[in-house]
Amino acid sequence: MNKVNTSRFKDKAFRRLGMVVTVSCLLILAVFVGFVLYMGLDRLSWEFLMSLPSRFADQSGIYTAWIGSIWVLVLTTLISFPLGVGAGIYLEEYGKKNKLATFLEINIANLAGVPSIIYGLLGLEVFVRIMQMGNSILAGALTLALLILPIIIVSTRESLRAVPSSIRDASNALGASKWQTIWNQVLPASFGGILTGVILALSRAVGETAPLIVVGALAYVPFAPRGPLDEFTVLPIQIFNWVSRPQHEFVINAAAAIIVLLLITFVMNGIAVYLRNRWQSKMKW
Amino acid sequence: MRVKEKIIEKVLAACALVTVLTTLGIILILAVEAFVFFQDVSILEFLTSTQWTPLFTEKNYGILPLLSGTALTTLIAITVALPVGLTIAVYLNEYAHERVRKVLKPMLEILAVVPTVVYGFFALMIVTPFLKTFIPGLAGFNALSPGIVMGIMIIPFVSSLSEDALSSVPNSLRQASFGMGSTKFQTAFRVMVPAASSGIIVSAILAISRAIGETMIVAIAAGQQPRFTFDPTVPIETITAYIVQVSMGDVPYGSIAYKTIFAAGITLFIFTFILNNISYWIKTKYQEKYE
Repeated sequence: MNKVNTSRFKDKAFRRLGMVVTVSCLLILAVFVGFVLYMGLDRLSWEFLMSLPSRFADQSGIYTAWIGSIWVLVLTTLISFPLGVGAGIYLEEYGKKNKLATFLEINIANLAGVPSIIYGLLGLEVFVRIMQMGNSILAGALTLALLILPIIIVSTRESLRAVPSSIRDASNALGASKWQTIWNQVLPASFGGILTGVILALSRAVGETAPLIVVGALAYVPFAPRGPLDEFTVLPIQIFNWVSRPQHEFVINAAAAIIVLLLITFVMNGIAVYLRNRWQSKMKW
Repeated sequence: MRVKEKIIEKVLAACALVTVLTTLGIILILAVEAFVFFQDVSILEFLTSTQWTPLFTEKNYGILPLLSGTALTTLIAITVALPVGLTIAVYLNEYAHERVRKVLKPMLEILAVVPTVVYGFFALMIVTPFLKTFIPGLAGFNALSPGIVMGIMIIPFVSSLSEDALSSVPNSLRQASFGMGSTKFQTAFRVMVPAASSGIIVSAILAISRAIGETMIVAIAAGQQPRFTFDPTVPIETITAYIVQVSMGDVPYGSIAYKTIFAAGITLFIFTFILNNISYWIKTKYQEKYE
């Protein structure tokens, strides 16, 4: 009987432990976010958003940084969206079950696990040096596009797989060609899922720092970029730069900039989750 | 019509080809630049010297200090992430009510979407001062604090992959265990976890690979001082942080310092490549055990 009691005790203890551990993780997150808000919220103002960087902490702003981030984000979207979705369609709809398909699959799984800083080295050599784009927004966006490509491909394939084959069969039976079926039936049915994956991937790109540093995004850019070939900085690099300074005023600036960055990331993830839920409730096969 | 279909298929195939070119590009560039580097520096020195000072006047090119730094932070991160992540996975999958699970799971995922540079800020500004109250000898920059924060970052990664593994174990196994009179705890750790072990091992390997490649947390909070040590309280530098350090400065193309980031890069790539392939191999080999 004693043994049974020990077992029951262990069972109860683990239930408690599991709950405590899970809630602790969330508490840590809450403490982190609370700390940043406490430190940076007072610094956050319209002026902070619209000011150029400066040697003086209280005059510095994140104007060049967020403009740079938006430039990079837009270009990365334009490059990675068609490429990733195209590759996803090919692998899921056209790909045959052969050695080549297996190779492509292993390759994409591998790319998803390559550290982001390695993509930076690739971008530095291919885009900055060989293609002579210099330390430009375009070079940075191309690098990030390659970085998030595996994520977009994987989520596109999952969304396409969720479309039942009866829809494809019906379309084919009506005489539609393969592409007509994909374009008119499969893509509209899976678009919500694809979009969710793309937004999640882009929210990751917004927070990426290391590859852009390697590609040569600068910590200090006196003016906001005007075209894709201009030099640039982004919000995470501006934060990194300020965190590394010994003066406390700059660290406060970093906290304020982090609030902006977290806001962007959370909003993008929120949109993605909303789209996923709406899409899932709408598409019931 | 036929022609159009053919063209579309070719265009889509070209999109897929980009991923192959990316891999080839990475391998080729790292190999070529590393080859050039090793014409100036002997491989023996690279692998055995315990000094890494390419940016000083007296130059030494031993990768060991960067490797020890990477190993140290990775070890700390995994020590945090693996037990915590696994506990959460078992709790959410075996114990928690469906409603609790639906609330907690997405909240945990938030931990994974916070940008790494923000985690670096947390490590430097919150965790290091906090740890200093317990460990008086702790330096302002150290391996311990970024290691722990990196572990926190990886927790949802471990827990969601392990949860997937646990939930793919057939329910009949669980029911059989309950039928024999086991408690949930016994069922979880003597039936479910062993049955899902391949998936859990995969999650652990991928977590290690993530920790090795993590950059900004260590670049901010670990100190950028290459040092051949396993003491978690002193400043160190990882492979990734070194690449960032060099890239922040003005390093002319073709200089030996420029080449060192590729030598460091290929070392990093080899480790993560091996780990990723092991995990992929385990995944495909044991995936369909229950089908």
